[in-house]
Amino acid sequence: MPILSVFFIRTSLVYLGLGFTYGALLLANKGVPFSSPIWGLLSGHIEFLLIGWIIQLVLGVAYWILPRFSHGPVRGNEALPWLSYVLINAGIWMDLLSPLFHEIPWLPALGKITQTAAGALFLTHAWPRIKPVGK
Amino acid sequence: MPPLTRWYIKSAFVFLVAALALRIIQSIDALARGFPFLSALGPVYFHLFLVGWVTQLIFGIVFWMFPKYSMERPRRSERLGWVTFWLLNLGLGLRVIAEPMNSIEPRTAWGFLLILSALLQWLAGMGFVTNTWVRVKAK
Repeated sequence: MPILSVFFIRTSLVYLGLGFTYGALLLANKGVPFSSPIWGLLSGHIEFLLIGWIIQLVLGVAYWILPRFSHGPVRGNEALPWLSYVLINAGIWMDLLSPLFHEIPWLPALGKITQTAAGALFLTHAWPRIKPVGK
Repeated sequence: MPPLTRWYIKSAFVFLVAALALRIIQSIDALARGFPFLSALGPVYFHLFLVGWVTQLIFGIVFWMFPKYSMERPRRSERLGWVTFWLLNLGLGLRVIAEPMNSIEPRTAWGFLLILSALLQWLAGMGFVTNTWVRVKAK
């Protein structure tokens, strides 16, 4: 497994842990209410599990197992997926921390733009690797 | 394919069909209105899909295909893998019953069963992370 996939997948496991923890608190609070502010964790629960866990795991596995090139760098341009890794995680935290920064109203949008850019960069990297093996 | 992966994948497909079937029932307003239990199943539907189907399928495939931990213990702890499987399925199954019942009869024992469901699923998540973490390694 290439080192970038290790980064993607281990980071996704951290988000899985965080997302399940938030989810457990939300569900327990639904069963026996103990704190109203707990409901504020809902957006983090969704962000951690959909973007942080599932999408990041998929990107890490895709970087690892998509067909490689027979000439030049085997996985093509590595800079793009590395930048994608940085941007997707930056985007998650911009989105999550935005309620703490009311003076920056455009922060949630910037977080989503950053995540979209991460997806586009990974797509640019992966596109030529989606090919018959050996070509 | 190891036995645990077969259990994960078959169980994931059962939850997928259950989620799709639940969507049919929810789409028939008259039916849902007549049965409060059915109309309270909204959050359950999402979790049948995302925990029962997507997450469980991922857990099963990862257990099977990720790099081997060692020659002697290729999948690290088989026992922890099985414990994780049962925690996830019991936790989610309990939620399917307890969450709508809790919304119909709040402040009863259903609430405590919901806490138990949360705990079981959380432990499953931690078990999966623990067993998988060391198998995510560079060659």
